[in-house]
Amino acid sequence: MNIAIIDKVMLNFFSELQNYFALIGRTLVRMFDRPFYYREFVIQFDKLGFSSLFICILSGLFTGMVMALQSLIQLKPYAATSYVGGMVAITMVKELGPVLASLMVAGRVGSAITAELGTMVVTEQVDAMRVEGTDIVKRLVVPRLKAMLLALPLLTVMVDAISLLGGYIMASGYGINPIMYITGIPQFMVFQDLIEGLVKPVVFGFLIAMTGCYVGLNTRGGAEGVGASAKQAVVLSSVLILVTDFFLTKIFVAFRG
Amino acid sequence: MSSSYTIRMEKICYSVGGRKILQDFDFCLERGVNRTILGISGAGKTTILKLMLGLLQPDSGQIFIGDLCITNLPESRFMQQRKCIAIVFQGGALFDSMTVGENVGYRLFEEGRLPLPEIERIVLEKLRFVGVGPALNLYPAELSGGMKKRVAIARALAADPDFIFFDEPTTGLDPIGVYNICSLMQRLQAEGKTTLMVTHDLATAFATSQRFTFLHDTRMLFEGSEAEMRGSPISEVREFLKPTDESLFV
Repeated sequence: MNIAIIDKVMLNFFSELQNYFALIGRTLVRMFDRPFYYREFVIQFDKLGFSSLFICILSGLFTGMVMALQSLIQLKPYAATSYVGGMVAITMVKELGPVLASLMVAGRVGSAITAELGTMVVTEQVDAMRVEGTDIVKRLVVPRLKAMLLALPLLTVMVDAISLLGGYIMASGYGINPIMYITGIPQFMVFQDLIEGLVKPVVFGFLIAMTGCYVGLNTRGGAEGVGASAKQAVVLSSVLILVTDFFLTKIFVAFRG
Repeated sequence: MSSSYTIRMEKICYSVGGRKILQDFDFCLERGVNRTILGISGAGKTTILKLMLGLLQPDSGQIFIGDLCITNLPESRFMQQRKCIAIVFQGGALFDSMTVGENVGYRLFEEGRLPLPEIERIVLEKLRFVGVGPALNLYPAELSGGMKKRVAIARALAADPDFIFFDEPTTGLDPIGVYNICSLMQRLQAEGKTTLMVTHDLATAFATSQRFTFLHDTRMLFEGSEAEMRGSPISEVREFLKPTDESLFV
């Protein structure tokens, strides 16, 4: 490849990265500034949180059922099927719950944030807001970020809970009673696991909101540009979630010593 | 701010993706002199409006609102000076998620200086001025193209600016819609507002402006009155005013 092309690609990449971090910086600075745009926050919380509830419940339920089924098949030869509750819980709460909920939200909501902001950019609504004296970051980015930071952990808790229920539905078919199922959970989990399971969606929520907003606000072109941006935001958020999940897990493991 | 202040551009260069849009461009908008910037599509007319508002940053050169140079200043630093300018975007740029009333009163709600009943009174007054009073509680998606433009004008008027920029205000409108917009602009001018319009609609331009600027190939090719423009010896200007077969596919 021509060196000039590599140079251009690298320059473009670092320029985008710099702008991304600049937006994050400006957003964090403005998070506690007035005005707070409560109405916008409530609208966004409804859009980001409640609208994703059904899809999260559905994916949590079936993932819990699959997890339980696979665990039961593995545990049965060792007569250890009573541990199924613990296995489903530890897998879902620490890893699958946060990642699954985040991927669902990234696909459903991250793209919606990008498409909405992208449409506002190409129809000059963002320019109109700026001319009217509005701080775009405070008005458009901060409420979405706050809503996501609150909604995603709640959705994750919901996914965790529903997946445990799904796991029990499968386990009951193998003669596991509710007491056995529930008492198996603390044998596999400690309090720190719950904390880890709640820190991850906060970080993932931050990434989804910031990526969605950044890509949306940098949309160019017309309808085609909006579509391309929405796709880009979903891919970028999903990859960031998976990569960040690995590093977060490494950090949590290091803290445990 | 003084009543004789101006918005000025000095030696502005602006390019997008390596393509030069403006090259050493000088321009001055004085209060009380209604102007139109003319030129073919893609000549950089809208870019000039956005540069003057600080929505775009030039590659080089300086832009002044009054005495303040806004080039490379953060928006928060010239927000106060920019309040004297409003713009009516080409598509209206009304906020989809808000009603017509909320759109018109947007800046007043944001500033939070006036009590709610006062804002409502101003909103109604501006909507009546542009003739869309009954649309107060409708959403932009429920309006026709002409109504959107008029609501956008009402929104521009709500903050009582000195300068109003119009970006292709008559594009896509039927003759009655064009007439309405022209007569609105004339009424605004009679009330002391200064208008700057970019368009390629000559009839609207000549009906609403005293001075004309013609853009061609990144530069200002002509500046003057209607009579001077009609009598201009510059071939590009003549071609623009009266296209011939030679301009086909150019």
